[in-house]
Amino acid sequence: MDLWQYVSERWDRLSLQALLHVSGVVQCTIIAAIIGVVVGVLVYRSSVGSAVATALASTILTVPSFALLGLLIPFLGLGVAPSVTALVLYGLLPIVRNTIVGLNGVDPAVTDAAKGIGMGRLGVLTRVELRMAWPAILTGMRVSAQMLMGIAVIAAYAKGFGLGSEVFSGLTRAGSANSLNQALAGTLGVVILALILDAVFVLIARLTIPKGVRD
Amino acid sequence: MTVAMEDTETKAVSGAEIRLENVTKRYPNTKAAAVDEFSMVIPAGRIVVFVGPSGCGKTTTMRMINRMVEPTSGVITIGGKDALHIDADELRRGIGYAIQQAGLFPHFTVAQNIAVVPGLLKWDKKKIDARVDEMMDLVGLDPGTFRHRLPRQLSGGQQQRVGVARALAADPPVLLMDEPFGAVDPITRGNLQDELLRLQNELGKTIVFVTHDFDEAVKLGDKIAVLGDRSTIQQYDTPDAILANPANDTVAGFVGAGASLKQLTLLRVRDVPFDTDNVIAVDHGDAPAQVAEKLRLADRAYALVLDERQRPLRWVHRRELAGRTSLLDAGKPVGDSVTTQSTLQDALEAILTEGGRAVVTGARGELIGTIDISTVTDVIANVRETHADGGSA
Repeated sequence: MDLWQYVSERWDRLSLQALLHVSGVVQCTIIAAIIGVVVGVLVYRSSVGSAVATALASTILTVPSFALLGLLIPFLGLGVAPSVTALVLYGLLPIVRNTIVGLNGVDPAVTDAAKGIGMGRLGVLTRVELRMAWPAILTGMRVSAQMLMGIAVIAAYAKGFGLGSEVFSGLTRAGSANSLNQALAGTLGVVILALILDAVFVLIARLTIPKGVRD
Repeated sequence: MTVAMEDTETKAVSGAEIRLENVTKRYPNTKAAAVDEFSMVIPAGRIVVFVGPSGCGKTTTMRMINRMVEPTSGVITIGGKDALHIDADELRRGIGYAIQQAGLFPHFTVAQNIAVVPGLLKWDKKKIDARVDEMMDLVGLDPGTFRHRLPRQLSGGQQQRVGVARALAADPPVLLMDEPFGAVDPITRGNLQDELLRLQNELGKTIVFVTHDFDEAVKLGDKIAVLGDRSTIQQYDTPDAILANPANDTVAGFVGAGASLKQLTLLRVRDVPFDTDNVIAVDHGDAPAQVAEKLRLADRAYALVLDERQRPLRWVHRRELAGRTSLLDAGKPVGDSVTTQSTLQDALEAILTEGGRAVVTGARGELIGTIDISTVTDVIANVRETHADGGSA
């Protein structure tokens, strides 16, 4: 049986897995973005705070994903909980870092003027700073999403969601019928989904970045 | 002949008086205060320029008025109201603020930028739209062309105009300007300065203007405060008085060379006693021989030829009249002339160009007199004497 045949025969299951995969990654990216932006906003004004937050987020990223999942399972059990936790943690770094860089990159003359004409602290942040840092934040989310696409495969180890289970069971059954097809279908699926998601991010950038901020 | 009185100095004053009393700013972990016991009254409806070297604290002092810098101690009142014990954002919405790089919001259009403060003050949309158009007209930007432009689609000078429009949009009584024209080319800067003066003539705001350019201070200020280290006031007086009689070496150093030439930019021809009858004026239709006779009788060398509407055309010398049939090809044309509105600096330039005596014309270009170098030197001597007396008294 060739790959094409394999995929079309098991399309129902594969498409469901693909959908779960991408939706899981998107949701984790969004959670990571919310946490990441909040952390970024809290620390960006202090160089020490920024350094600590970035260092912490980088440290998380250096922990191998297998190990992190393994460490989380005793606390959170198997299934969605450890997978989502791990993905959100991995997704933080690019977003935190880009939020800090983006907010620090706002022209001080602009924030000075905003404050000076009587915009409150929250107004300056939401109407000026975050709007101008948005391209950087969005880039961070895009990088995170790409990374999580791959890491989500490993989450299958903790009985998580998505195409990872295809890859894993294909690999563990190596040599038996269709094992290669199964692993390939899972892997190629992830690659294709990643490309589509990236295109979606380009579109979102087009639609949401204000004209005056776009290069 | 009387000097035309076109410029009636009746300004509407919508500004408020600002008082600073013993205002001090001390940053943590520094021994010396950044601003030490600063006291000043800034009169309503006037432009007061803070001028001083970089790092002297002039910007810090100005920024304490809208509490972009919180004073450590002291009292600031605006229009009699305590500025230090109300909500800082409320306070700032009532004070116009224009800064060096304009600080426009790059993601807002020109109209959105101008509408920010009225929006914060919760004006209704119609009123804001009308106000935006009004402000754009006021600063010389056509609303039809520029309303939907983004800041980056504007030149530096246009951005500054939008910055000023945004600062004035909610009609604040007080305007703070921190080197607003520092980042534009000299020609644009000159134009923006002229327009600020025109605006101020209409609006009568209280303007605190910070610059390190003394010439700009002289041009714009009703009063100038020359500040030294830690924002100590070296001299606080009219530009006229500072130029004529600098209070100390620091001020003198800042005034720099050419104080007398700068003084000339402050005086206008209408303010000085120029000659109104010290020239032989003849009509362009007069016969050259007749004019020669007239000059001989008056014992004068030059006659000024006028056209039918009394506008000066040419200077002719007695010797050039012999054998001419018309005055129109004799002598040399009037090159440079001044009006009663011109500054004495322009007048001096015209006097030098014309070789000793320049023509003064009225509103329609008609001859109303002449001015020469002795008038200018007398005026300067006079001003110096007046302020020297005032200073020693």
